[in-house]
Amino acid sequence: MTTLAETKAGRGSTGGAGRDVPPAPPNKPRRRKSHGTQWTAIGFAVPLLAYLAMFYAYPLWRNIDLSIHDYNIRAFVQGDADFVGWQNYVEIFSSSLFMQALTNTAFFTIVSIAFQFSLGLALAVFFRNYFPLSAPLRALFLMPWLLPLIVSASTWSWMLNSENGIVNSFLSAFGIGQINWLTSPETALLSVTLANIWLGIPFNLVILYSGLQNIPDEVYEAASLDGAGPWRQFWSITFPLLRPVSAITLLLGLVYTLKVVDVIWVMTAGGPGSSTTTLAIWSYREAFGTGQPDFSPAATVGNILILIALLFGVLHLQLQRRQEAR
Amino acid sequence: MKSTFRTATTVTAALAAISLLASCSGGDSDSEGSSDAAGGTYTWWDPYPQHEDGSDWANRVQTCGEEAGVTLERTAYDTTALTNQTILAAQEGNSPDVVLLDNPAVSTLSESGLLSTVDELGLDTSAVDPNLIGAGELDGETYGIPIGANTLALYYNEDVLEEAGVDPATVTDWASLTSALESIEASGSGGMTFAGIGTEEGSFQFLPWFWGAGADLSELDSPEAVEALELWKGWVDDGLVPNTVINNSQNTTWEEFLTGEFGFVENGTWQVNSAADAEFPTGVIEIPAQDGGVAPAPTGGEFIVAPIQEDVERYDVTRQIVECMTTPEGFVETANTFAYYIPPTAEGQDALLEENEDLETWVSAVQEAKGRTSDNLGTDYPVISEELWTAVQNALSGAATPQEALEEAQANVEAELG
Repeated sequence: MTTLAETKAGRGSTGGAGRDVPPAPPNKPRRRKSHGTQWTAIGFAVPLLAYLAMFYAYPLWRNIDLSIHDYNIRAFVQGDADFVGWQNYVEIFSSSLFMQALTNTAFFTIVSIAFQFSLGLALAVFFRNYFPLSAPLRALFLMPWLLPLIVSASTWSWMLNSENGIVNSFLSAFGIGQINWLTSPETALLSVTLANIWLGIPFNLVILYSGLQNIPDEVYEAASLDGAGPWRQFWSITFPLLRPVSAITLLLGLVYTLKVVDVIWVMTAGGPGSSTTTLAIWSYREAFGTGQPDFSPAATVGNILILIALLFGVLHLQLQRRQEAR
Repeated sequence: MKSTFRTATTVTAALAAISLLASCSGGDSDSEGSSDAAGGTYTWWDPYPQHEDGSDWANRVQTCGEEAGVTLERTAYDTTALTNQTILAAQEGNSPDVVLLDNPAVSTLSESGLLSTVDELGLDTSAVDPNLIGAGELDGETYGIPIGANTLALYYNEDVLEEAGVDPATVTDWASLTSALESIEASGSGGMTFAGIGTEEGSFQFLPWFWGAGADLSELDSPEAVEALELWKGWVDDGLVPNTVINNSQNTTWEEFLTGEFGFVENGTWQVNSAADAEFPTGVIEIPAQDGGVAPAPTGGEFIVAPIQEDVERYDVTRQIVECMTTPEGFVETANTFAYYIPPTAEGQDALLEENEDLETWVSAVQEAKGRTSDNLGTDYPVISEELWTAVQNALSGAATPQEALEEAQANVEAELG
């Protein structure tokens, strides 16, 4: 409060009134000092703020701008797109593809996260006990993370090839006939989800493993003295104490999985038909997947995705707050 | 209150910083533009990143620049990126002088008012085959010249066909092709492979059959179109083509063919060299139409176009550069550099055949070929094409019957184009 009052006074005197009546000399040094620190503080904050504005606020604004105008290429180049308000959103919501893309996204996300998380957690608990070669083994489990996505996605699509993929030739040894993993509308979504689960396990493993390091060994010792077996220890100690880490892992996993484009695009390009088209694929296809970029619908779908992710982010914060209040 | 004041000042400061940055970058591009003109440097973009600086192609581009008395600054992007970069550059007001643009993109960009016409540049296009320049025409204006053309045909594996007792010369219509595929299948090899992927490549590969049935892109659910899709669907169902065709790109298809396990493959001029290097003898026939004769295949290949410049004085040099690339000798040189480009003029084709008789099937295929954006479809084509490849995918994967898939596609096209 005092700073503001002083600054205000100072401003007033340097402004209109200040010309006629010179400010009282004793005030001068103090004012200059406070002014100086103020500007220094701003000066330090400017790079960050400029960065945030340029790389976060502006793109976000641009995305909204694209979604409420009707941008074809001509309008994009000349910058004179018609304002259409909610029309792009109405078109997206009423499109026959919307429900399918939404359910595909839900399936892909929920199944991916459920398996990534439970398998990641199981492996993290497994590696908590040191045993010979546990470190190199754990490192091996990070492989999917280290490979470029284009490599792992292409490898998966070769493995799942209908005619000469290794998966089918393995299954045929057991008398199971050809399964058209990537070319049948019934199994294509399952196949890309499978590949994505494999890709996401290392991420869950690493975060949950580091969370496990923070649970003191004494708790386990006490529990085993009380006669709790491994199963009981997991559900009564590991799982509850890991809850904050689990929550953030799930949230990050959700955001990552919602926006997955590369794996699906490399394996099926959203097909056959639109059976593996998620919202993210839809957005990508509108913007870059056809001969004619449609930036407005692409941005609209992109904004819907951002809203969904935001919704879960808010939900996460709410839960966290409630937990802290307890 | 203190914090309100602070926020206000920081926001102002941030805005000031941004506008400062913005004006800086603006100034940069301005000075760049003017130095270009002064230094006699012209910009050239093409989609051939595989040809690096110092390669035959790069040297040829440089020679054309030198002949026009300027330095050409060449940048190579891949095909899709090139279209997007050209759009972005136009938005920022620093378009390159010359772009080699994929032919279906020409009408999209010219409709957007991005390209200068050949009349504005003072170019003569009368010698170019009308079916090839069609892709560059929109509302009576021509926006570029094809520097060469490629198209699709059926390569075959001589060994496989011989074993199955199939004479490629007898394949003249759909019925004889299907019975040839059946014989090959009976002899233990795969009949044929093609690319039905859910991208432009899928439509590109389906069009010879679509047009070969007499169907028209303005009516996707016509009985002829349904027959074409039923032909493909029948092959997939009967196992005459592998199930993988649904997700195959043209490259994957070619790799399948190179395994030697397939009789035929639908692929393009660009594989001529690779076919010659295959471990088995190959041949090529044109794609048959439903009731005999040659089906029109879609043309591929790049157009040389000149994006609109603020400084119209530049057009004179641009014209000289374009002319250098489009003389008969220039066309043949381009064809030889790439080994898969058929010149778009009769004179150029004759000159090429004199040097290389083996390309005759391809020259005649190119003469029969048809631009995807012609029939005055222009910018409607990308919309139609997307629905077409989706229908192909839906039908082949069994999500819908060919009839249903094409009806849905036509309904979607009508909804989108109004």
